[in-house]
Amino acid sequence: MTLQEFNTIFQNGLSKQNAGLVQLLGLCPLLAISTTLVNALSLGLATMLVMASASGAVSSVRHFVPHEIRIPVFVLIIAALVTVIDLLMNAFVHPLYLVLGIFIPLITTNCIVLARADAFASKNRPLHSVVDAIAMGLGLTMVLVVLGGMRELAGQGTLLSGIDLVFGEESKQFVLHVLPDYQGFLLAILPPGAFIALGLLIAAHNWQKARAERRLHAATPMPA
Amino acid sequence: MIRQARAAARNALRTGVILFVFALVATALLVFTFSRTESTIERSEQAEKLTLLGQVLPPALYDNDLLASQQGVAPHELLGTRQPSAMWIARRGEAITAVVLEAIAPDGYSGNIHLLIGIGIDGTVTGVRVTAHRETPGLGDYIVRSKSLWIEQFAGTSLTRPEARRWKVAKDGGQFDARAGATITPRAVVKAVHGALHYFARNRAALLAEKAASGEETAP
Repeated sequence: MTLQEFNTIFQNGLSKQNAGLVQLLGLCPLLAISTTLVNALSLGLATMLVMASASGAVSSVRHFVPHEIRIPVFVLIIAALVTVIDLLMNAFVHPLYLVLGIFIPLITTNCIVLARADAFASKNRPLHSVVDAIAMGLGLTMVLVVLGGMRELAGQGTLLSGIDLVFGEESKQFVLHVLPDYQGFLLAILPPGAFIALGLLIAAHNWQKARAERRLHAATPMPA
Repeated sequence: MIRQARAAARNALRTGVILFVFALVATALLVFTFSRTESTIERSEQAEKLTLLGQVLPPALYDNDLLASQQGVAPHELLGTRQPSAMWIARRGEAITAVVLEAIAPDGYSGNIHLLIGIGIDGTVTGVRVTAHRETPGLGDYIVRSKSLWIEQFAGTSLTRPEARRWKVAKDGGQFDARAGATITPRAVVKAVHGALHYFARNRAALLAEKAASGEETAP
């Protein structure tokens, strides 16, 4: 794998083909879980882990899977891996499992995992596929974190609330009460708030892309 | 013609076998992981349950092995249960001091709210905890002890304190406060705790008699 390939894959995952902002895949967990920053980050990282292992597995067996039954086989692989991760987390990192437990099985139904398995991993070598899955997962996690941060700030006036559920009681001091005595803003926490915040993020992403293109056009046709 | 049909059949068979092999490998992987993690998971669930039981019962109330005291309770409307639930019996020395009941508040904002309710032998609530819920994060989930102290206000209540018409959230003229914008959740919890107290009052003799029959209990 060359450095250039690596860069292209990462650029695709983080920006050009970002799962949350450009492909708009896997919106269900994106909107349901992004009520707080900690929830969003936890689910993002768990999804990334599942994507990396699923893409690696799919890519390794891609030569043995006939085209007609690739989707059932991929779903089977993803569901089995998610269940294994679910069981392992339940057994060995129980406190974290209690926080994330309900989201883990949901990852199976996240179409971004299947989409990358089908669109990328089934046509590329394992290393490339794993890197692609990590890049896509990182891109999704970034969107989730920004969305979660926005909604938590607008909805509760805090950041990082619930961090003690992941890192234990002592970490409670890290919760930032950005807006003290905040009354709370219901809309931001409920599903419509997720749609509005995601819309704003997509608009910002498109605006930034359009500006970059304009600059490129303005810069190139300069005769010497 | 026949050759074509044969080729199609062979192809279908091959595809089927491949799918079968994948299913077999996936199942084997799951069986292996499950058998390897089962006992660890059970241990952490037991430990978690014991921690929860410890939160609804003051430590001074019991010196027995709570987990071993578990017994089944038939489903009952007042508990909100449709399946048999569990009950734990706290003893100090030989005397029963309290019971812990499982109850379900079926009328939360989204789905069932599972509760663990500790009730002293005199019918006073010793503590309540939410064990599972699907209320809106950041909104209705303040009923969970890790998010707020709300659930603590049940400790010390009983059927007579407050009286029946005050067993409601403040918005409905009761004594239990609730946050603006999220009243459905606490309303359901208040109702479920009240129901469990009624259940205990009505079935107290039967619930505790079982123990007397086993010959372990002296007068409370």
